[in-house]
Formats: sequence, C-alpha cells, structure tokens
Amino acid sequence: MLSAPLNIGFDYTRSLGPVLGRFMAGLRDRRVLGSRSADGRIHVPPLEYDPATHAPLTDLVEVASTGTVLSWTWTDHPLEGQPLDRPFGWALIRLDGADTAMLHAVDAGTRDRMQTGMRVHIRWSPERTGHIRDIECFEPGSAAPVPPSADTGEPVTIMTTPIRLSYTHTTSTDESRYLRALAEGRLLGQRCPVCHKVYVPPRVCPADGVPTEEEVPVRDHGTVTTFCVVNVPFPGQRLDPPYVVAQILLDGADIPIPHFVIGDAGQVRMGMRVAAVWRPPEDWTTTPENIVHFRPTGEPDAPYESFEEHL
Amino acid sequence: MSTPRVAVVGFAQAPNLASAGTTSGVETLVPVFRQALANAGLDRRDVDFWCSGSSDYLAGRAFSFVNAVDAIGAYPPICESHVEMDAAWAFYEAYVKILAGEAETALVYGFGKSSAGLLRRVLALQLDPYVVAPLWPDSVSVAALQARLALDAGIITEKAMAEVAARSRADAADNPYAQVRGPVDTDAPYLADPLRVHDCAPVSDGAAALVLASGDCALAAPQRAWITGVAHRIDPQGLGERDLTTVPSATAAAEAAGLPDDLDVAELHAPFTHQELLLRAALGLRDRVRINPSGGALCGNPMFSAGLARIGAAAEQVMSGRARRALGHATSGPALQQNLICVLDAETHEAEGREAE
Amino acid sequence: MRAAVLGTGQTHHRTRRTDVSMAGLCREAIDRALADAGVDWSQIDAVVLGKAPDLFEGVMMPELFLADAIGAAGRPLLRVHTAGSVGGATANVATSLVRAGVHRRVLAVAFEKQSESNAMWALSIQPPFTAPIGAGAGGYFAPHIRAYIRRSHAPGHIGALVAVKDRRNGARNPYAHLRQPDITLESVQASKMLWDPIRYDETCPSSDGACAVVIGDQAAAEASTRKVAWIRATAMRTEPTFFAGKDHVNPRAGAEAARALWQAAGITDPLDQVDVAEIYVPFSWFEPMWLENLGFAEAGHGWKLVESGETALGGRLPVNPSGGVLCSNPIGASGMLRFAEAAMQVMGRAGEHQVAGARTALGHAYGGGSQFFSMWVVSDTAPASV
Ligand SMILES: [Zn+2]
Repeated sequence: MLSAPLNIGFDYTRSLGPVLGRFMAGLRDRRVLGSRSADGRIHVPPLEYDPATHAPLTDLVEVASTGTVLSWTWTDHPLEGQPLDRPFGWALIRLDGADTAMLHAVDAGTRDRMQTGMRVHIRWSPERTGHIRDIECFEPGSAAPVPPSADTGEPVTIMTTPIRLSYTHTTSTDESRYLRALAEGRLLGQRCPVCHKVYVPPRVCPADGVPTEEEVPVRDHGTVTTFCVVNVPFPGQRLDPPYVVAQILLDGADIPIPHFVIGDAGQVRMGMRVAAVWRPPEDWTTTPENIVHFRPTGEPDAPYESFEEHL
Repeated sequence: MSTPRVAVVGFAQAPNLASAGTTSGVETLVPVFRQALANAGLDRRDVDFWCSGSSDYLAGRAFSFVNAVDAIGAYPPICESHVEMDAAWAFYEAYVKILAGEAETALVYGFGKSSAGLLRRVLALQLDPYVVAPLWPDSVSVAALQARLALDAGIITEKAMAEVAARSRADAADNPYAQVRGPVDTDAPYLADPLRVHDCAPVSDGAAALVLASGDCALAAPQRAWITGVAHRIDPQGLGERDLTTVPSATAAAEAAGLPDDLDVAELHAPFTHQELLLRAALGLRDRVRINPSGGALCGNPMFSAGLARIGAAAEQVMSGRARRALGHATSGPALQQNLICVLDAETHEAEGREAE
Repeated sequence: MRAAVLGTGQTHHRTRRTDVSMAGLCREAIDRALADAGVDWSQIDAVVLGKAPDLFEGVMMPELFLADAIGAAGRPLLRVHTAGSVGGATANVATSLVRAGVHRRVLAVAFEKQSESNAMWALSIQPPFTAPIGAGAGGYFAPHIRAYIRRSHAPGHIGALVAVKDRRNGARNPYAHLRQPDITLESVQASKMLWDPIRYDETCPSSDGACAVVIGDQAAAEASTRKVAWIRATAMRTEPTFFAGKDHVNPRAGAEAARALWQAAGITDPLDQVDVAEIYVPFSWFEPMWLENLGFAEAGHGWKLVESGETALGGRLPVNPSGGVLCSNPIGASGMLRFAEAAMQVMGRAGEHQVAGARTALGHAYGGGSQFFSMWVVSDTAPASV
C-alpha cells in the first residue's frame, strides 16, 4: 500500500463575545479576570453562562497572578504548539481569589520541582495581543507581582489560533494497484461481481458493498457527460480561471471521472469526445496527476442517449 | 403502543492494530458488516436503519464519514444517520429509532484510523478552543492530571492501577482482536507522570459493527442479548470546574438505565487504568463483577468504535451464555466527560419505567 | 406517540458574527426557542446538537466544550453530523427521542460559525493520490444543473427567477443574512457567472448562524399555551456519493424519502395538500430540481411551477418564504432553519413572510453529493393516528 503525508493548517479567527473578550483584553493588560456565578463562586477561566441558572455571566472580577497547583504531570518531550519547547509540567492551577482551576504549563526545569500544593505565578509574554498565550507559562514560587499595564480600554473581539496537523494518508489495496498502473501509463478499471459495472478508479462497489475484482483496461479516451466553467478563484486552486471541469466517461468505464478539458474551451459541450494528455513518461509516478488534462479529439459528438444514464 | 423489546443479535470487529486500513474505513468495514450480519442471520437488505460514529479530525478532512457509506452498498437507498461521536452513541440513536417504532432492525458501526495523525495531539482539539486548546495539552497529559488528583485524594493507588493493567493484559491473551497482551513492567518509565505505558490504551486502528433487532426479528436471530436499559449523560468540560475524581455523568446514566446489583460482567471503556478504578466507584460495581474479560480498551482502543465494542463484548458474554447480566459502557471526551451505560440480559423482563427502556 | 414543535428560535445570520462566541451564537437561538416554546431549562430533558464538519470551526466535537453553555450538562447530549442535511437530521433525531417515549421535551440546536475559518479551504483539502481537480463548492453542482437543463429543456432564466423570489422573500425575514427587496431578474442575470451555468446572485452566502427547536410529546404540546406544530411525519434516506448509474439530477434517495414522507403523513397529492415548503436550495436551480424530486411536479416539469409564479408568496405552493438557503447559509444550521420555518408557518408565527392560512408545511434538507436527505411534514392539527 502507498502512503504520503497530509498536512492541514489554518489560522482560525475566534470571535470571543463579551465575556471571553474582556478576559482576553485583561490578559493583554496583565490582569486575570474571572466571572462570578450566582452562587458567588469565581470562575477562572471565566464561564460565559451560569452553570446553575443558565443566565449570561456579566460580573467579571480580577484575581491574583499567583496561585496553587492542584494537580500536575510532566512532559519530557514537548509537542508542537505547546507553551514550552523544553521539558515542563502541566498543572491545574487555582489562582488566588478564584474558586476554580485553569490548565497551563509550569516552567519548573525538572520533574522533582513539581508537587501538588506548590505555589506558582504567571510569567507574562512580552508580546501580548489578547490571547490565552499572553500567559507564557507559570513559574514556581510567589514572586512579587508585576503590576498590570495601564488598561488600554481597547476591546478584544477576535483571537487568532493556528491549527497545524500532520497525518499520514494511506491508500487501499485497490487504489494502490490503480496508482501503480498509472505509473506505467495505464488506466485500470475493476468490474463489480454483482452489478458488473466497471469502476475507475477501482473501489468497493458503492451500490453493492462488495469489492470490485476483475481487472478491466480502460481507454484514455472518453465522452464529456456534463461540465461547468469555473470563473471563480478560491483557496487551493491549481488553474487560473476560467477553466472547464468536466465529467468524463472513459471508454470502457461505467462511472465518469472529473477532469479538466483544455483547448477549444469555449466549445466544450455535453457529448464532446476527449482524450487524456499525459505528462512525459519519464515523469510518471503513482499519481493521477500523470494525466494533466483532457483535450478535444475532434471526433463527432457521442449521442445524448449514449451517456444519458450517467448524468 | 407497547414498547418493543430490543436485543443485540450480532457483533463483529476488525482486529485492533497499531496501523491498518485507510481513513475512509471502507475496506475494513466490508468484512465486519458481513460477519456481524451473518452472526445475526440477516441480509444487508433486512436492515431497516444504519447508524455510524466517526470523526473528521481522526482522518484529517471534512466529511470523512461519507465515504464509509460505500461499504454498505447503499443502493437502492437506505435509511441512515451518523454521529460525530463514538459509535456507542450511534447505537443509542438506533435503539431509540427502534423504540419509536421507526425500525425493527439496525446495524450500528464505528470506525477510525487513530494512527493517521498524532492521536494525543489531535485530541487536544476536543478542549475549549479559547482558553485550553491553544496550549495543545495532549490527551495523555490531561488524563494524568486526573490520575494524580485521584492518587492525592487516596481514592486509588499506583498498585491498584498496575493490577488493572496486569489483569487486562492477561485477559487479552484469549482475545484474538486485542492489540496488546502479556506482562506488565511496573517500573516502565512514565509517559506522563503518574501514568506509565501500561496505564494508557494503545493507539489502535479498527472498526466494529453491531446488529440490533426487536420483537420477532430478535426472536428469530440465532442468538440475542436483550437490552434492559440504556442511558447517557455528559458533564461540563472545564477541567478545573469539576471534581475530576468523580464521574457524575456515569453515575447518573447508571441510575437512569437501572443498572442492577447482580451484574455478572462489566465491559468498561476506560482508556487509562485509573479511569477504570474511578468508573467502578462511580457505578458502584461490586468486587464479584468480572471487569473487562476482553482485556478492554487498555488492550485495544480503536477510536470511535471502542465504546461500541464494549457493548458488543458485553453482548457476546450474554449471547454465549457466559453471563446472565452484563454492562457495556462507553466514554467520550477528556477525563471521562461523557458516559453511556447499556444493560444487557439473557432474559427479557417487564419494564420498570426506566429511561430509554 | 405524537410529537410537536413547541417553539423555534434562530440568530440573526451574518457573514461574520464577531460579536459572539460559539456558545453565544448557540444561546441566541436556544434562548429564543425556549421563550417561543414557553419552556424553562428545568423542562428540557435532553439536547441534540447538529453541525457540519468540525474543520469549519477547528474544534473536534465542539458539543463537548459547549455542553455546559448549551444546557446539556447533566443531561443526555447527542451530536449529529450528516453533512448538509444535518440540521434536518438533528430535528428528526430529537423527534425520535420524543416519539420513543424516552423524553418529554428535547432541545435540538444546530449551528455553524463559518467565519472561524474558510469553508472553501476546509472542503478543498486534497488528500494525496487524488487528482487535484478543484472546482469549488458550486463546481460540484453546476454540471448537474447543466444536466437538469438539458434533460428538462428548462428556459435559461428559471434560476434567476428563483433567486429574485428568494431574495425578495428574505427582505421580509428580519433574521435573513441577505435582504434584497430591490433585486430584479435583470440584475441577477447581470451578475457574474461563477460556475457556468451558476451566476453569483444564484448562489447562497456564507453565514454564521444557529437555529433551535423545542420538540415535545403530546402532553407537553397540550400543556403549551401557544399554538404548536404537530410533526406528521419524518423521513431520511441515503445513497452513495458516486456509483455507476447515479442520477445526480433526480436522486433516488430524495425521491424515496419524499414518497415515504407523504405516505406516513397521509398525503396523496403533495402540491394540493401542502400549503408551504421550505426546501434546501443552495443554488437557485435546485428549486425546480427538488420540486420534481419531492413529487410536487412530474420529472422535467418543476421549472414550470417556478415560471408561472406558483412558488412565490401568493402562489399555489410558496417555496422558501423565509428566503431560504439563498439568503442565509450557516451550513450546519441551514437544514434546521428549513424545518423551523416550516413549523413557524403552521404555528402562524412567521411574521412578514407568513403564508396566509398555512396549515401543512414541508421542511427539507439535503447534503453531501445530493445523497443525504432529511424531511418532515408539520401541521397545525394533531395527526389522527400514530
Ligand atoms: Zn456493483
């Protein structure tokens, strides 16, 4: 089976609303705010709604930047995105004046400096934007508090959170066979043992739920069943608009594949006959990108009835 | 309208493996469906309702569950639904569908390729996206914070945790689907203090399918485990908001499901040793109850089907006659946030007004 | 057991609701639904949350962190995801919970906060070993619309007629994202061609928004001091995205769902017996296509209902008096908005876009590659039998 990395990443823009917005603005100004619920408890980080009455919480009060560790663990090998890039402790920390605990990192240096009940204080990030990471981490001990900076009064409405994840994408056995054939310049179909339809690429027959088996060579010529002209730019696009994306029913297959039709673009029509344009053979690998696009062949159009049931 | 009696009549799973299959799950699911239906004595066309559980973030792309429908052979069209949860909650949706008289049979499935990404980092995205997830606390560290609270409070001991691991791995020796077996090294290094390797479930790829039937369909099946109660609850997520040494949602679900005192077997979905201990306390399980004869999630934890597999394993205990009454439990979210309880019985008996009975 | 919609609520839908968090967005809809139902939190037995892909918000299973804020803590919570049909499927799951006799009152909520990311980005993530044939959201459906036009010989202006109708309808709906009372056939036809044959004004917007409904059993409905919408029938059907011989124009899953729905509701002539329909139309051409798929018109004739004005307010079957998906598209909530708007019509609480005398209404949603369908029929009187 074949595998390859799949990396996804986006900088999410989180709108915060009134409670979290004030909390983040506080962090920017080196203040920690908690929300007070109807029972008088102060929640840090703040809750937006009262757990008992469900009413919106509007009463935000400042708590200390020092606190006590209620629980902890130790990370020898920090992961991407975590607050510190050297071994550190995670802890549930109840700030002085708060009734609940927040999760954050403690820069304790070594595991043996971590213990339940230890006192810690906030190390503020030098660059603060109104984000939970304005708290760089916590440090052991109750150092003299850093005075809050002047309240700028600027509200914080959005916080940006990058999310980057790495996956390994693996193909199925059938897909791998198809891709290896593509690397040799061949299009491989497989026939369903139940409905006898030929699938390109091969797969479990979605109509019958059984693997397709019998290998059937499929020609790299086909018929445009339907298409659209893409005039709109969007993220991740490979071609500059306008271009034609068509459903192409390859000769010998029973299901169309989507692909670009280039050349004579203004003339693309339902029933048009097209042929694959391949990369130079020396560039062929196990990828559908070996076929760059399709081109009109100039043959007479296929009659509507011949592809009607593939629309 | 009398409430239909509903039974589990078939179960099958893929072997739990460190790496297997694709993120779409299609090729893995085809033989699992076939086996589950064969066990139930049903054809796929006999299934009134299909319901699945899976997660886009396990696969790293949107609409990842859509492909899996191909494994069913869904043409002519079928009646189908999906939850972005462990398939144990798909089981609940299917069960309710049958209770409502909208189906007599259902096939429930879950699948996931946990190994496609770095699972414990991916799971950080289940945490509050404003104040927690941007720090990327991994799922093992979050569990460790819970374990230490319970240790510090004297509710559990490291010795008891190691015993859970040893018992689970010994039991897994007889489970051909298990991923982890064999002895426990009690001096193994910490993954996240106080959790050692054997305290944590492995990262598993897998899938499972379970068949439900009511009334005559259930009676016609080769084997059955009657469902006498199902309920689930969720706790607030805030890790510093609630007492992580208790599991109120599990306790409440057990109460609502009418968890009996005379259970023979409990299959608990506890991906960490300390969580089994917390669950046993939350559910009030007595010492005579046999816990996780399958080896449990500690020996194979395919995300999004492991909870369903606990119900399946409990049902197999009843269907095989090894147990008269069994509990299947599933959990979801960080630190046992959400919990589902399913009580299975060799005999059907009169409803006692339980929720979802 | 009978079930009824006791109340509905929705947010003001906008491109970016930067004034609220995800919890705040959900609560705006939920609080309105509870108030509309005349129900307080203590009366809610369970919560069902629906949403489209988690990648849109960058939160894995957001219902977990939202549990407390949406009132689910200590209660049963389900999270449904059936692609674009999810809003409808969520309401249907909540209905089953009531019909099964499990709960008395269930809160169903659906939301999408598209402005947290970019849906086009999330949907165009290209897995390795696949052909990078990017066409964008409309690019998937445009070829099927072309096939519909070819098959039905519909005149080219039908899509524009639908757009004009829905945008003008949206101007009557205070919650709608796009409100364009002055839109004309000429202005739609002059708008940019995005995915030929789909023009800019014939596409849905990208919205932040949420919707909620409270569904109750017979006792809850009878205890309500306000008019309720009785749920006469629900239906869901699924088929694969692609298979040899798939009919992308008139998918069998949609047609079979509709047939089952009408039968369960005791409706023999939908066009005659349904007073108003809220149909999931993200691109204007889908109105005539779904009219045929749903059995309101013979195959190939749906566009004639559009052309003759029968789907406008005052017509024989007003379709999307709320403005529909063409005016507001918080993806995960769009289906529930259709279901809620149908209920609002038979409860007589649709305000400026109320269809006079509406007694029976359809709510419809679909998703994926025209493969997941969910529907319900609601009416102002309780169904005779159960
Ligand atoms: Zn076939």
